[in-house]
Amino acid sequence: MTTDVGVSRPASVPAAASAHHRRHRRVHLGPIISQVLLTVVLLFFLAPFLWALLTALKPADEVFSTPPKAIGSEIAWHNFADAWNFLPFGRFMVNGLVVSVLGTLVVIVSSTLAAYAFARLRFRGRERIFVVYLSTLMIPQEVLVVPMFILMQQLGWVNSYAALVLPWAFTAFGTFLLRQFFLGIPRELEEAAMVDGAGRIRVLLQVIVPTAKPAIAVLSVFTFINYWNSFLWPLIIVNTAEMATVPLGLNMFRGQQGNQWHLMMAASIISMVPSAVMLLLLQRHLVRGIALSGLGGR
Amino acid sequence: MAIPIPGAAARLAPAPPPAERGAAARHEARAASGFLALSMAGFLAFTILPIIGSLVMAFFDWPVFGDRSFTGLSNFSTLLRSDPVFHRVLGNTVLFVVLYLPLNIVVSMALAVWISPKVRARGVYRVLFFLPAVTPMVANAIVWQLLLTPRGVVDGLWKSVTGSDAPNFLGSTTWAMGCVVVMSVWQGFGYNMLVFSAALDAVPSTLVEAATVDGAGPIRRFFTIVLPLLSPSMFFAVTMTLITSFQVFIQPYILTGGGPGVSTETLVMYLYRIGFEQFQMGLAAATAWVLFIIIMAVTALQFIGQKRWVHYDN
Repeated sequence: MTTDVGVSRPASVPAAASAHHRRHRRVHLGPIISQVLLTVVLLFFLAPFLWALLTALKPADEVFSTPPKAIGSEIAWHNFADAWNFLPFGRFMVNGLVVSVLGTLVVIVSSTLAAYAFARLRFRGRERIFVVYLSTLMIPQEVLVVPMFILMQQLGWVNSYAALVLPWAFTAFGTFLLRQFFLGIPRELEEAAMVDGAGRIRVLLQVIVPTAKPAIAVLSVFTFINYWNSFLWPLIIVNTAEMATVPLGLNMFRGQQGNQWHLMMAASIISMVPSAVMLLLLQRHLVRGIALSGLGGR
Repeated sequence: MAIPIPGAAARLAPAPPPAERGAAARHEARAASGFLALSMAGFLAFTILPIIGSLVMAFFDWPVFGDRSFTGLSNFSTLLRSDPVFHRVLGNTVLFVVLYLPLNIVVSMALAVWISPKVRARGVYRVLFFLPAVTPMVANAIVWQLLLTPRGVVDGLWKSVTGSDAPNFLGSTTWAMGCVVVMSVWQGFGYNMLVFSAALDAVPSTLVEAATVDGAGPIRRFFTIVLPLLSPSMFFAVTMTLITSFQVFIQPYILTGGGPGVSTETLVMYLYRIGFEQFQMGLAAATAWVLFIIIMAVTALQFIGQKRWVHYDN
């Protein structure tokens, strides 16, 4: 590993260590200017979030002013409480959590079980069934929503948690992702457990699942975020505020409240918290998950 | 994520005698059906059945209430031949893709290069540039609506800088689509940035150093050494971004409602309006299949064209 040229280092050399190394040789202005400029770009990039937060803290009649002002005559923290109570925003959050948690559970359980069968068990038609799974990955959600709506009507599920959760909990993606990961786990690990008399379920739970934890974690977080952010399907299948998830609630809020921008910004900020917190807590896993698989759609 | 070498799994246990093997195989198949039951039931009910349903519905006049009737290709001919709005919508979607795709790729590549290992706390920059990709798109779009609305902050800044009235960004045919594209790039480029960033980290430094010794400047090094090495990631990013950008819905739905007129209405907005506001389910299903065929076609073109520019050999 050559680090003496200082052009481009392998990623494995920590940035801080290499910067330290460089500083002792001679002071480079280039990297410092580059870092400052990058920070300026980042601040511009984050400005919409900042403006949303500032607006959420303004009194109602001071949202618009010429020239624009960052801070109003008072810091109106009560806007957050008002937004929470105005529409049943608390209810939207609960619905969103219930749907996202249930959806994630169903996705993880069903795809873990199926991925194990595809990766480890021999049965007739295995390859053919798997190819059918794979071929549906290409099909956009839009092809499914129209007949799915009719199906939900037939089942009597319109405007229910079941309709929000189940239709999208069995897509091939999770099974595909976990199967690929399971295939990379050495069989010796399981054979040792089998020799000790463990059944398949125990092997799956005590050997495979712990080994595959990073993959399962990434799949869980992206599934949760996808459910939390989902909009088109809730817009189709939900028709009361009581069943609305967060994005749908925000949209209803928009329709009803017209120009209550300070409350809408407060509500929007609240709606961003769960995904933002997850991203910050699990960033390393997620960043690598995306880099490896392009997970999550966009 | 440490992925063990798959080759290690190739060693198989010695084969048992035939009779025992038959019993074991039957046992294994039974176990497999147990493991697959949940996933297969859901997959059949919520993926296969709707796919077939959608295909059937596309050939029917299918109102939500009332009689449905088989109409052959009439839904498709309505869309492709006689509905001028559909043509506008198709054009709008293509325009969105043509503007969005290159902007997304250039911005994500530029930032991936910029956030090199030399940058301190690069993880922080990566995560923050990725942030809008995970926050709810509806919330993001509502925030941008506030920025761009008349008397909003962009409007105000425009007035202070130029002294003249700003255009109505979301309400003018000249500006609306541009705003939808810019907001979409802001929201979505983080994915490709992370993909490119990982690929850049994997570029062998010896190659770049050799080129430097040979006298190649940074721009030359990027275009002749780094970019060809990144072509598989580029192919992946372009393909995925193409597929998802044809499905654009939330950004124009929230920002402009498809307006002014139908100047920012996209294919999926059209599908939603036809299917769930006008309740012509057959026509909506046909729209979905047109979308799918377009996506398939551009993906196929990508795969055919990749031989010319994607280098998989190391």
